[in-house]
Amino acid sequence: MACKNCDSKAKLYKELDALIQEHKGSREALMPVMQGAQGLFGYLPKDVQILIAEGLDLKLSDVYGVATFYSQFTLEPQGENVISVCMGTACYVKGAQLVLDELKKELKVSEGKTTPDGKFTLNATRCLGACGLAPVMMINDEVYGRLSANMIPGIIAKY
Amino acid sequence: METFRSHVMICGGTGCHSSGSGDLIKAFEEQIKGNGLDKEVKVVRTGCFGLCEVGPIVVIYPEGAFYSRVKAEDVKEIVEEHLLKGRIVKHLLYHDSINENSGDIKSLNEVNFYKKQKRIALKNCGIIDPENIDEYLAFDGYKALTKVLTEMTPEEVIKTVKDSGLRGRGGAGFPTGLKWDFCYKAKGDKKYVLCNADEGDPGAFMDRSVLEGDPLAVIEAMTIAGYAIGSDQGFIYVRAEYPIAVQRLQHAIKQAREYGLLGKNILETGFDFDLEVRLGAGAFVCGEETALMRSIEGKRGEPRPRPPFPANQGLFEKPTLLNNVETYANITQIILNGADWFSAIGTEKSKGTKVFALGGKINNTGLVEIPMGMTLREVLFDVGGGIPNGKKFKAAQTGGPSGGCIPTSKLDIPIDYDSLVSIGSMMGSGGLIVMDEDNCMVDIARFFMEFIVEESCGKCAPCRIGTKRMKEILDRIVAGKGVEGDIEKLEELGNMLKESALCGLGQTAPNPVLSTIRYFRDEYEAHIKDKRCPAGVCKGLMRYTIIADKCKSCGICAKNCPVSCISGEKKVPYVIDQDKCIKCGQCMEKCPFGAIELK
Ligand SMILES: Cc1cc2nc3c(=O)[nH]c(=O)nc-3n(C[C@H](O)[C@H](O)[C@H](O)COP(=O)(O)O)c2cc1C
Ligand code: FES
Repeated sequence: MACKNCDSKAKLYKELDALIQEHKGSREALMPVMQGAQGLFGYLPKDVQILIAEGLDLKLSDVYGVATFYSQFTLEPQGENVISVCMGTACYVKGAQLVLDELKKELKVSEGKTTPDGKFTLNATRCLGACGLAPVMMINDEVYGRLSANMIPGIIAKY
Repeated sequence: METFRSHVMICGGTGCHSSGSGDLIKAFEEQIKGNGLDKEVKVVRTGCFGLCEVGPIVVIYPEGAFYSRVKAEDVKEIVEEHLLKGRIVKHLLYHDSINENSGDIKSLNEVNFYKKQKRIALKNCGIIDPENIDEYLAFDGYKALTKVLTEMTPEEVIKTVKDSGLRGRGGAGFPTGLKWDFCYKAKGDKKYVLCNADEGDPGAFMDRSVLEGDPLAVIEAMTIAGYAIGSDQGFIYVRAEYPIAVQRLQHAIKQAREYGLLGKNILETGFDFDLEVRLGAGAFVCGEETALMRSIEGKRGEPRPRPPFPANQGLFEKPTLLNNVETYANITQIILNGADWFSAIGTEKSKGTKVFALGGKINNTGLVEIPMGMTLREVLFDVGGGIPNGKKFKAAQTGGPSGGCIPTSKLDIPIDYDSLVSIGSMMGSGGLIVMDEDNCMVDIARFFMEFIVEESCGKCAPCRIGTKRMKEILDRIVAGKGVEGDIEKLEELGNMLKESALCGLGQTAPNPVLSTIRYFRDEYEAHIKDKRCPAGVCKGLMRYTIIADKCKSCGICAKNCPVSCISGEKKVPYVIDQDKCIKCGQCMEKCPFGAIELK
């Protein structure tokens, strides 16, 4: 069987190249390019960082410096489903910590990490703008509100 | 424009969207079509109505019927009864929108939640379709820019903003007109107009709602600012976590360009101005002005000392004007209605209104806009509807990680910049989180300090190390390991940090700790001296104990204890050695008789 995976990989690199070409040599475009690259690959592997640095005429340390400064950028692949528990103030005072603790227990992973089977990544984020439904979490694009710890196993089972 | 006899306004803000308003829009459209009403009734997806607690919200005009917590199953009934037969479906209305005596429905302005509000920045939110520039134009959109470009000099624009008394809504409250004047007077071949939409307060969403509900108001105001200071290029720096806001902004910019309201030769007056959206990437410090500019330049968002101030040397070292989203959202109204109209609202030193995101232990969570000078009590109990479940109010937090907690004794303080600072908090950008008797103030202080430690950029030592030391002390206290002198140490470190940190992040970071010590010192002492958390929140201070009466001496708890701190023998109740216990909770989970409690 021809490597389907390699084909789609090659396509990603082609898109990355187009993105870099569009902004060639422009330092101020670094963040938009990195955001675009993360959109393509899901994270920023080292070879992608190198390509970006070369394309925008920067040092690799510049790219790495930006990647590690901003919490949105990740250097590790993300799980199939990304869980973001809101730890904003409104959610926190309504018991978001208990929800997060339950998820850690249920999935047996710590915050910011991915389960060994690659199925879930567990993140804590800030206000999702749905404080009226606090405490809130998102799994991929789906929002779950008015949570309590005992609802967690049922929700996880759906994925 | 086509005319319709009824408009169904469905909230498409983040709160209602999360509670399912997307499906409602589809359901309404289907039902309306199915009943052949699609030429008579228009469905509009609007921005936030403010009352997120009871979302999804649907308002039907001309009657102004306010339906709350609407489900897809309700749509058929609303369409067939209300839209087809003209009979309002009363049992689905928001409970406070029916007059108890007469049974008539109240207009929105009479509903308690809205009665004391005054909407300037949120004027169009919930009223227009934010993705349709024609609706913005129909509600006085671009009248202010037309007036500015055809009738006013830049000096006159700046004077109007100065006279209005408007102060920045991003937190610090710097007079807006003065800032515009500095930028106008700054020398430079190129100048920039920036909008701070980074909204860093981790429990607030005012700016997001303005951008989602009325993006063109911000775009128009930035164009006016460009004319006033002599700039032809602007950037809006938005948090990447706000996908709906970003998409609506981009759409609005595109429409404005198509209508000749952005770009070259705007309104045929020879004035050029264009805008770009830049996404942040999750760094609180990028809300600080110098850090934000570095971030737009594509660098690590670290702040730098001022002076030079951005008005003289900002983005790409050029003179730069930076204002907050809500600050801009007031501008068009000030230009159209005049400085006197605006300065008549509010208090002597704080003019106009302020938008707050009400959250936490309060009945009406959501977005409110109130005139400055209203007391905190009115905001929480009249507009906010008080504390749920009959619990007692304990504190309100304003200003997020830079602000403080306000106790019951200060509830009658008027909300304005200076009063809030005088009691150790600050206006901040508009987060207003309410806490009740079940919240632990030491835990809240620790929560904010943890946030700051994560977000400190690490450039200056006082902030990088000082906040970490403060957090360690707080961690110790909530774990039941606090020692005599910890409170004093926190105060000393906090005051030192205030004076020595490089930027506003570090300078204000001790506020949540200092203000809780100021008003809730007894709670700190209970944690340290009595090893007790009065609110029952801090796990480290709770103990697992075996209830002798219920214990059947089966030994399952002892077998499961990972540190072997439970002992006992047959027929005698088991006991937990509190000194060795690591509070993992295994024993309680495994006990078949429910004989272990946590208190
Ligand atoms: C750590 C820190 C975070 C800030 N975050 C924000 C923010 O999220 N939004 C904002 O408008 N201003 C924020 N500010 C204030 C800005 O530096 C700046 O004063 C403001 O955007 C100016 O606009 P204004 O005069 O219209 O308020 C922050 C300041 C500091 C020190
Ligand atoms: S604090 Fe969690 S949604 Fe706002």
